[in-house]
Amino acid sequence: MEREEGRIINLMEPGHTGCAGCGQAIGARLVAKAAGPRVIIANATGCLEVYTTTYPRSSWEVPWIHSLFENAAAVAAGMEVTLKAMGRYGDVKIIAQAGDGGTADIGMGCISGMFERGHDILYICYDNEGYMNTGYQRSSLTPPGARTTTSPPGRNSWGNVTRKKNMPLIAVAHGVPYVATATPAEPRDLMRKVRKALEIEGPKYLHLLVPCVPGWGIESELSVEMARLATETFLFPVFEIENGVITRVRRVKERRPVEDYLRPQRRFAHLFRPGGEPVLEELRQIAEENSRLEPGPAVLFGA
Amino acid sequence: MRTILEGSLAVAEAVRLCRPNLVCAYPITPQTHIVEELSRMVADGRLDAGYVLAESEFGAASIVLGGSAVGGRSYTATSSQGLLLMVEVIFNIAGLRLPVVMTCANRAVSAPINIWNDQQDAVSIRDSGWIQLFVEDNQEAVDTHIQAFRIAEELMIPVMVCMDGYVLTHTWEPVDMPEQEEVDRFLPPYDPAYKLDPDDPFTMGEMVGPDAYMETRYHVHMDMMEARAVIRRVCEEYRGVFGRGGTGLIDAYGVDDAEVVLVSMGSLLGTMRAAVDELREEEGLNVGLVKVRCFRPFPKDAIHDAIKDFQTVGVIEKDISLGLEGTLCSEMRAAFCGEDSPEISSFIMGLGGRDITVEEIKQVARDLAQNPACRVEFRGLREDLLNGDEG
Amino acid sequence: MRVFVGRKGKPGTSLENKTKAWRGKHPVYKQKDCIGCQRCFLGCPEGTVYQIEKKKFDVNLDYCKGCGICAHECPVDDIDMVLEEGCEVPELE
Repeated sequence: MEREEGRIINLMEPGHTGCAGCGQAIGARLVAKAAGPRVIIANATGCLEVYTTTYPRSSWEVPWIHSLFENAAAVAAGMEVTLKAMGRYGDVKIIAQAGDGGTADIGMGCISGMFERGHDILYICYDNEGYMNTGYQRSSLTPPGARTTTSPPGRNSWGNVTRKKNMPLIAVAHGVPYVATATPAEPRDLMRKVRKALEIEGPKYLHLLVPCVPGWGIESELSVEMARLATETFLFPVFEIENGVITRVRRVKERRPVEDYLRPQRRFAHLFRPGGEPVLEELRQIAEENSRLEPGPAVLFGA
Repeated sequence: MRTILEGSLAVAEAVRLCRPNLVCAYPITPQTHIVEELSRMVADGRLDAGYVLAESEFGAASIVLGGSAVGGRSYTATSSQGLLLMVEVIFNIAGLRLPVVMTCANRAVSAPINIWNDQQDAVSIRDSGWIQLFVEDNQEAVDTHIQAFRIAEELMIPVMVCMDGYVLTHTWEPVDMPEQEEVDRFLPPYDPAYKLDPDDPFTMGEMVGPDAYMETRYHVHMDMMEARAVIRRVCEEYRGVFGRGGTGLIDAYGVDDAEVVLVSMGSLLGTMRAAVDELREEEGLNVGLVKVRCFRPFPKDAIHDAIKDFQTVGVIEKDISLGLEGTLCSEMRAAFCGEDSPEISSFIMGLGGRDITVEEIKQVARDLAQNPACRVEFRGLREDLLNGDEG
Repeated sequence: MRVFVGRKGKPGTSLENKTKAWRGKHPVYKQKDCIGCQRCFLGCPEGTVYQIEKKKFDVNLDYCKGCGICAHECPVDDIDMVLEEGCEVPELE
């Protein structure tokens, strides 16, 4: 194996086969970098699993397991409990990671169990807003208006009709002590949140927006820019929730209109044709709601 | 120590004696008494293991997968719908070569929903890459669980111990419980060939394409074929330590002079023993029994040798491959590929907990003695429901 | 026991897979106006950008897929994207 002089050793190494400009690859690499070598990762099926571990090669320098699409949280839970029972837990940290489909759709049951039982696990959702590994199908985290291969615009359709499932609030409702969102546009913030989460005992949920070059229909150099615009338009709010209280909301110096984020993406191109205005208005409405996010209680009632 | 125990309690005690690092399950009838007893053990401090109450059987299987992947001795138990919900993970555990041990409290599968015993659940996942051992009574259940961990960990192949729901799980029988020291001698601490550990990082569960996937299946297959010898040896070693302990792959009873040989798996063998004894004594009909303890890997040679000299064989089973016949029967026929085979008939009985009486078994034997021709029959059907109106 | 494939993959072996052939252009780190913000280094999807000094970075072109994020993100325009030899940019409508 090549170890060039002066080269930084990544815990997720290059030579993987992710697309040029892959936002998830940036996110996953930063997560591993922040977590450090004393971590075990349970990874769900998805792009990240495929492009980092296509036999006979692996990009991972940390112990890493892939079992199935929907069970990363449960596999991680089994690892945590067993290591503790065997007295081998020590300084080991456990991360479970999956895409938005593996998290908010098919993996929901296992995640709920992991949250509810209070396992000491950092769960990371790499949200690229669809099933990109299988060719850009819609998930419950696909935003309104987005064109996917299963929510195509047509005579009777303006693309996806549903809003993004509120995963952070679902985590909060489970009593998860640390819930946060981040993007690769602010890598230091992302890494700080990973480190902070790993210091906290119990379940943690980190939701990362990771632009997908082919799925979103963007130029490869724009994937970090898209993550930044998602934040600056308030279509993807960046915040931290600690013990049910929103403790930090990312301020935006200059709020950008949602169109600045939508226009460069081919998945939203149809919204700019005549008749697309109501969907644009809904997206503006979502941005407006997100912009009002303030520090304070994330839920007003609890069991 | 000989005590009278319910089958489920005996299994839980056997599992405790095996010192698992992780126990995780989701309750389902008729497996519940096993996990309830394990819960009591944890609550009382008798069992020092990681213990997780999963949100589903799918979660439970995934959790024991994780526990096994980091090198812990991992145990779960389920039944019927629970096993079917686990199926994706069941295949995955076997493919990852993780030596999980599971109890399957055999139960019919839905629809219609039915909580009583048959063996359709376990038989339906025979191709998953798990070793499947069927036990006849609670003593064998205890002994087989202890052997199961040895077999699994030696081969890195998961083992499913199948015991008939209710018939065994809820029945109180005298059981000889081994001492902890004896079990410790027989079953050393699990020292895995590989485990997830930051001190020796590696990647488990890669994406394997057409260039290498087939070899992974070949390897599991070849190890499963060799597992037959391991199962036999472990059984013999167990017998050496404990003076009893199961029957290896198959067991034959009274076959030396048999006109008809009956074959089955699980607790039905007890009823069948009574039936063949009566037939010999009262009717002079010499009937032999073959008990298939190991269903996967399929003990083809052992079965072939056990029945090759007979003309008439009847396989009584509590499962059916719908549209064909009983699965065990099909597989026994396959053991004679290209050779003169006995007439091997399939008798489907006892589905969904339908009682199978000694008399019914005797009638199967009598009928086969009269007419050995190979056939597939349901026995014990209710005539009044067969042609009646809806409802 | 035959456990060879899919269960014990050697770590970091993707380094054997040099993905340089993917790209049509590559970044050139001019190393003149760098302010040490690390955006190129942290934002590289491959992890093939490395730090030499506090305000000096370069790229290991063996793995660079030419995505252009580093050049796009550089706040002081200290990274240029240049065409690979023999590559032409097709005219797009």
